[in-house]
Amino acid sequence: MNSIILRTASNYLLPMLILFSVFVLLRGHYEPGGGFVGGLVAAIAFVLHSFAHGLKETRRFLRIHPGVFIPIGLLLSLISAVLPMIGGQSLMTGLWFNEPVPVIGLIGSALFFEIGVYFVVFGVTLTMLFTITESV
Amino acid sequence: MLIAVLSGILFALLFLFFRLQNGWLRFIPAFLPLSLLIYFSTWLPEVAAGKEILFKYTWIPAMGVNLDFKLDGLAMLFSLMITGIGTLVYIYAAAYLSDRSQIHKFFSCLSLFMAAMLGLVLSDNLLVLFIFWELTSISSFFLIGWNTKEEASRKSAVLALAITGGGGFLLLAGVLLMGNVGGSYSIQALTAASATLKQHGSYVLMLCFVFAGAFTKSAMFPFHFWLPGAMKAPTPVSAYLHSATMVKAGIYLLFRLSPVLGGEPLWNYTLMIVGGFTLLYAAFQSLFRTDLKGVLAYSTIAALGLIVLLIGIGTTESFLAAAVFILVHALYKAALFLCTGIIDHAVHSRDLTKLSGLRKIMMPVAIAAGIAALSSAGIPFTFGFIGKDLIYEATMQTGMLAIQLTGLVLIANVLLSYAGYVAGFRPFTGALPEAYADTTKPEFLLWGPPVLLAVLSLLFGFFPALSSPLVNAVVANAGGNPALPDLKLWHGFNLILLLSGVTVLGGVVLYLLRKPADSQVQFMDRFESFSTRSFFLRLAEGIKQISHYFTHKLQNGYLRNYMITIISFLLILLCWKLVKLIPHSIDFSAMTPVSMYDVVILVMMVSAIFVLIFTSSRLTSIISLSIVGYSICLLFVFYGAPDLAMTQFTIDTLTAVLFMLILLKLPPFLTLTNKAIKIRDAIISTIFGGVISMIAFLVLQEPTHKTISRFYADNAYSLAKGKNVVNVILVDFRGSDTLIEITVLTIAALGVYSMLKLKISSSEKE
Amino acid sequence: MEFLLVLLIGLLYASGTYMMFRRSMVKLLLGLILIGNGANLLIFLVGDINKGNPPVIPRDFSSLQGVYSDPIPQALILTAIVISFGLQAFAIVLLKRVYLVTGTDDLDQLNSDDQDI
Repeated sequence: MNSIILRTASNYLLPMLILFSVFVLLRGHYEPGGGFVGGLVAAIAFVLHSFAHGLKETRRFLRIHPGVFIPIGLLLSLISAVLPMIGGQSLMTGLWFNEPVPVIGLIGSALFFEIGVYFVVFGVTLTMLFTITESV
Repeated sequence: MLIAVLSGILFALLFLFFRLQNGWLRFIPAFLPLSLLIYFSTWLPEVAAGKEILFKYTWIPAMGVNLDFKLDGLAMLFSLMITGIGTLVYIYAAAYLSDRSQIHKFFSCLSLFMAAMLGLVLSDNLLVLFIFWELTSISSFFLIGWNTKEEASRKSAVLALAITGGGGFLLLAGVLLMGNVGGSYSIQALTAASATLKQHGSYVLMLCFVFAGAFTKSAMFPFHFWLPGAMKAPTPVSAYLHSATMVKAGIYLLFRLSPVLGGEPLWNYTLMIVGGFTLLYAAFQSLFRTDLKGVLAYSTIAALGLIVLLIGIGTTESFLAAAVFILVHALYKAALFLCTGIIDHAVHSRDLTKLSGLRKIMMPVAIAAGIAALSSAGIPFTFGFIGKDLIYEATMQTGMLAIQLTGLVLIANVLLSYAGYVAGFRPFTGALPEAYADTTKPEFLLWGPPVLLAVLSLLFGFFPALSSPLVNAVVANAGGNPALPDLKLWHGFNLILLLSGVTVLGGVVLYLLRKPADSQVQFMDRFESFSTRSFFLRLAEGIKQISHYFTHKLQNGYLRNYMITIISFLLILLCWKLVKLIPHSIDFSAMTPVSMYDVVILVMMVSAIFVLIFTSSRLTSIISLSIVGYSICLLFVFYGAPDLAMTQFTIDTLTAVLFMLILLKLPPFLTLTNKAIKIRDAIISTIFGGVISMIAFLVLQEPTHKTISRFYADNAYSLAKGKNVVNVILVDFRGSDTLIEITVLTIAALGVYSMLKLKISSSEKE
Repeated sequence: MEFLLVLLIGLLYASGTYMMFRRSMVKLLLGLILIGNGANLLIFLVGDINKGNPPVIPRDFSSLQGVYSDPIPQALILTAIVISFGLQAFAIVLLKRVYLVTGTDDLDQLNSDDQDI
């Protein structure tokens, strides 16, 4: 799509959408939102960018292959799930820091789990769309 | 004890990985049955003293399935036979099998079989017994079909598996029934509850199932035909499975269940009739065989029939006779089989019309076979004489039936001793054909085992009291009177001795008068089409054709036909039930009121769906699909599901992108089906939609259970420190599900990636 | 409203199955998505719907108060939506691949008799 409006807009939209996705991710525990939606929004941001600038440009901008996010996310989720077992508690027990952090709120294993989900969904969606776009 | 039973299975796995090709290594497996034999022998004094040694291992206690092993007289008799004859067969097989590269697999199967057999006779739990029972069927399948390159061998393996497996299936039903009625699967507990079982209404059913299992395994008429077929197996297998052990499993079961189910007329007469008929039928059949193994197979069936008959009589004398005869038969029949194998190995023939004079090449084999034949005929100073005596003693004490039974056994015994002579003497006497003159002599490891068996036959024949303690313990286990005198060689001149003499003489006369000839086989083949074997084969063929027809009809390769079949069937099932439930009036007041924007969304959706169905443009269909998705997203917004709305929105956007990317590269829609088919499909799918609506509506009428969601609502904050309950469920309460879900997503991404990055090879293009 | 939704779900299922009976593979996929939407709505509906009460705990409370939408069906559907996206993407790519290899998206032409195999 060769539209100058879209190209200019996507330059500004990309960081904003990513910021929004992180916002959605972080508030997920208290308000509507969460890792799934956050990851999807972030993926859409890059899809939009690739529409405006072409896939090559987006890939260059992203630097790493989106597939890399998948194992990172999976590992993060798995670690946050297994971590309580080291302390002798059962799988998936929530661990929390007592003091709330400003803006984010309480930090606990659930948050890292959520971030893992975010990465996986982001990675999966972008991998699929990029490979499909390339193959067409 | 657990190790002793399971060691065979462990070694079966072990042998698979060690090729025992070079030289003496192949005799190593024989140490397994040998050490087991020694192990079981150490218990012999205690068992002979009448003790029952129990070993308990819990396995699935909740279902009453435990690895309880009981070593009593009966189990001991069989264990010693399994391990003792097993040791000889292992040694023999190592020398016998020519294809050394496969020998480790053979020992693997054989060890598995031995373990299964041990487990079968030792287990006190009926369900565990059943498992081992099936294991023997399975492992014997591999052993019978050992010559995988021969079609006949494969076919008879399948036949044997089908018959014994089918019987095993019925046995399972019987076991479950007994367990249900008796309240336990332990044989000991069931023996105590014997009266309850016998008075229960399903007693007849239990008997039918148990008999079906035992008769198929022990090759009773009309299921006998798998055993001659199974003679396609290598001779060590025939000797081990089909004379000494596996076919005796059914006998063992009947023995074991005698105190549980036995003592009723139904039990006794069924066993007597089936056993007696099989005895006579198979003994008669063995007259018309020229294949050495065929003769042995039919005489084995006859012997099994005789044992069943004896168990059926159900007196102390008959149990004693059966127990002794099991041992007698195992000793002489295994020896004869092994000798047959040696002949086959040396001159590559088992044809009785051709074999003769082999004593000149293999004197030790001739001696072993001769002694075994004498034992089979019941000549004094062999163990067979003792067995024959006891059998006549048992049949003569059956009161009203004494004359009939004794007569029947007498005729059958004459025929059997003829079969013994034919197998034991015919190949070795007479002149040696020139073709066999330069045959090499068999090695010691081949003729050693049968000679040892023959010596044992003689040993027990001279000193029958040696076997008394064990045999008496067996009788006690079967419910007979344990206080028996020791077995004696000489009972004085009486009727029994006369009968024994008649048997021996009759056999000799028959042997001298008859010569095996091919014409006799052809004579029998004329009746083949009436036999149960051909009936079963025709049945199997019929089933195959029916299933072929149905597979063709249903699996026609058209996806929509599958779907129409499935959905129509579902509709017929559901409509029949749902018609009765249609409500007469609908209470709208309890429902959420309809607002303006609800209606707008619904109208939008309905029109989008119809456009989607009728459009021929791909772009339109993608857009309509997106409209449907976004409308659902709006519904989620209105009805308190913001998380869902957000997810649905993003997913729909991405789906639209996906379709745009791919779909436009595919060919445009074509009108492929005619109107009539479209109308038929429309009717089916409308009814299906109606039924789904109906179900949804009926579900709505039921009160919803809020217990679980109440739990989440109450504890989301206190336990998981989150306020968005949906999110808390996803990442905390049901976090492991989510973990699996993202794994699934990863797999999907990998699938997409690999499918598109794979180069299409030229062969795929075809 | 519930009654209208019931009818809508029926319509989604009916149109979905009708599309799946067609010979085109693309239509098969569209039908599958329609049925998936219908199923999601069905789960949503049977968990008691009500307007404007998301299952989010208010700021000053520690548990949900009064009337609230059932969170369990929502969690189920959320999972279903995301998984079905993965399925759709896979199916679409499979479709493309099949088309590349066989040159058709007519299901009847893909038919190979089981006998041949």
